Amino acid sequence: MTKIQIKDKEISVPGETLAIGMDVLPGRGTYRDGEKIVANRLGLAMVDGRTIKLIQLSGRYAPKTGDTIICKVIDVGFNGWRLETNSAYSAMMSMKDATSQFIQRGANLTQFYDLGDHVVCKIVNVTSQKLIDVTMKGPGLRKLRGGRIIEVDPNKVPRIIGKQGSMVMMIKDATKSNISVGQNGLIWIDAEPKNELLAINTIRKIENESHTAGLTDKIKGYLEKKVQK
Amino acid sequence: MTYKERIDGRKFDETRPIEAKVGVIKRADGSAMFKIGNTWAYAAVYGPRNLHPKFLQNPEKGLLRCSYNMMPFSSTGDRVRPGGSRRSKEISLVTQKSLNPVLNLEEYPNSVVDVFIELPQTEAGSRCAGICAASMALADAGLDMKDLVCAVSVGRVDDKLLVDLDYSEESYEDGPVADVPIAFMPNINKISLLQMDGEVKKEELMKLIEMGKKACMKIYEIQKKALKDKYKVEV
Amino acid sequence: MERELRSHIIKLLNADTRLDGRKLTDYRKPIELEYGVTKTAEGSARVKIGETEVMVGVKLTTGEPYPDTPDQGTIIVGAELLPMSNPEFEPGPPGIQAIELARVVDRGIRESKALDFKKLCIKPEEKIWMVIIDICPINDAGNLFDASSLAALAALKDAKYPGFDGEKVDYKKKTDKKLELEKLPIAVTVIKIGDKFIVDPDTEEEEAIDGRLTVSSMEDGSLCALQKGGDTPLTEEEISKMLDIGIEKGKELRKKL
Repeated sequence: MTKIQIKDKEISVPGETLAIGMDVLPGRGTYRDGEKIVANRLGLAMVDGRTIKLIQLSGRYAPKTGDTIICKVIDVGFNGWRLETNSAYSAMMSMKDATSQFIQRGANLTQFYDLGDHVVCKIVNVTSQKLIDVTMKGPGLRKLRGGRIIEVDPNKVPRIIGKQGSMVMMIKDATKSNISVGQNGLIWIDAEPKNELLAINTIRKIENESHTAGLTDKIKGYLEKKVQK
Repeated sequence: MTYKERIDGRKFDETRPIEAKVGVIKRADGSAMFKIGNTWAYAAVYGPRNLHPKFLQNPEKGLLRCSYNMMPFSSTGDRVRPGGSRRSKEISLVTQKSLNPVLNLEEYPNSVVDVFIELPQTEAGSRCAGICAASMALADAGLDMKDLVCAVSVGRVDDKLLVDLDYSEESYEDGPVADVPIAFMPNINKISLLQMDGEVKKEELMKLIEMGKKACMKIYEIQKKALKDKYKVEV
Repeated sequence: MERELRSHIIKLLNADTRLDGRKLTDYRKPIELEYGVTKTAEGSARVKIGETEVMVGVKLTTGEPYPDTPDQGTIIVGAELLPMSNPEFEPGPPGIQAIELARVVDRGIRESKALDFKKLCIKPEEKIWMVIIDICPINDAGNLFDASSLAALAALKDAKYPGFDGEKVDYKKKTDKKLELEKLPIAVTVIKIGDKFIVDPDTEEEEAIDGRLTVSSMEDGSLCALQKGGDTPLTEEEISKMLDIGIEKGKELRKKL
């Protein structure tokens, strides 16, 4: 007999038993210990059919293949660039992944990306040792010029982006700003000072209220009120 | 003279009042504070993050580093000289050993998880308070871990066995005293810190451990509540 | 220092605003001050400015006076940049940053004569009170200087002598006798970025600092200590402006005591 020990969307702490029984399966953020399914991090427990999983609520960014992230160039070498990813690991971008332009042997690579530059790039591979390769080839991937970068909790990024990008679109429209959201918790914003602040405050509001119901409507109302002023 | 009742009126198996809060240091990746009686610990977790120097890096798993430090004004007596003492280094070590078993550090190769424990005010049981705070801070940092860690000191004063000795009990002079700090992993049901100084018989020690585990279960509920409170959905 | 961030900060300053929307000479809000936070110290205080949080504890002990001031007690100020409070801080003995912080706080208190050192004398040439002030940042989100100075003064205001029988200090015995504060020196650090002046920098703004002047002033507006930092030199005109801001803002902070 399977017994689910937790309510759906209940916050669980590491070590807490989420369910007992062999016909439920341990999903992300959980492990099986004999009959029990146990949380192995702090998270929101979800029952998804026969699977019990945890949605992570906190913690630093863990690099994943396919993620679009915002990085800073921290080193320029012979064959490519080293990028800071806002995680425990840096990423490598090789010349062939950096540009479709032909680069002469021995060329000064800083003419493409210089130290301190920020780029929107995509992770193409993460090894078990956490070596990360990124590419600049793909839609929306580019060097960021001007604007400003803020840091948010990477676990809140999906809410900031919204369904099919609806939330971030709403902020962009209301604040007439350019925004790029990196899945590593770095967000680039380019707008007039007043709108920049509104965009940031809106993002902070989403971050703080990310688990409340009806967030999209709430944010819509917030932006309408602020823009009218 | 025998030790009949506790000076502060507690029951023999009762801890001092406990207060716990998670997310108290904004710049840290995870943080918590834990107060038990007059002993007060902060813990901040940074990481997983890049590990320097490079030769410390382990491609198979991450490193857990713990540091225990008493603030200069945290002792009832003289000022504590800043900069680590032999005592604080040893406590840092046993803290690391008590927390290490719950962490799945294989998830974080080549990196480090730093735990900094700071005590603004102490009066017995500070290493245990530090471990309780650190365990909550690690969970708050979203790290992959199998369990929480709860810690309390148990001991013997004269012919009585008791939980969470305070300063007057630790320094009781009219009879033998033993002080036994333990850390317990409530779901794994194992002990990850055990030290003892004083005099005690084996049977008494086993009984003390039993009492300690019970007290740890109460502490566990407080830790759990503090963690859940931080993330509670406000409707 | 990141060029982009710096030029962005300057762009905002030119539009009379800052990264978080503050005016140039606004402190973050709220500013909170709490006395007696730790019972093991003879005096203590915690100051929060925005997200920055600093705890200061005062211990009182006895010692011998310096030969050149036989009838005066003394103060010792220590600061540790706890690695708990900022990911950039590393464990180990105080570095130059911590030493500068302690020295700036020390000078504000010493030179303003906030404490009458003669009142700290127990027996001339033999025994004096030593007032040890330790600064511990809990969360460093910028402007440790001002937060620490304010917390140090508040901790002194909170401090009471421990029991003393003429020979030894008995820390378990608390007395009602307070340390008397004669003056209330307040430190305000005025920052120059580009050609603008701001107060209370956050972490990002601290990275963009060109010039820095910590202005410690007293109730009547007179100055008691200064410390210039940052890499760029200042003109007399700039110094004059920075002093004005420092004294003015000092009045605001003093009200929190």
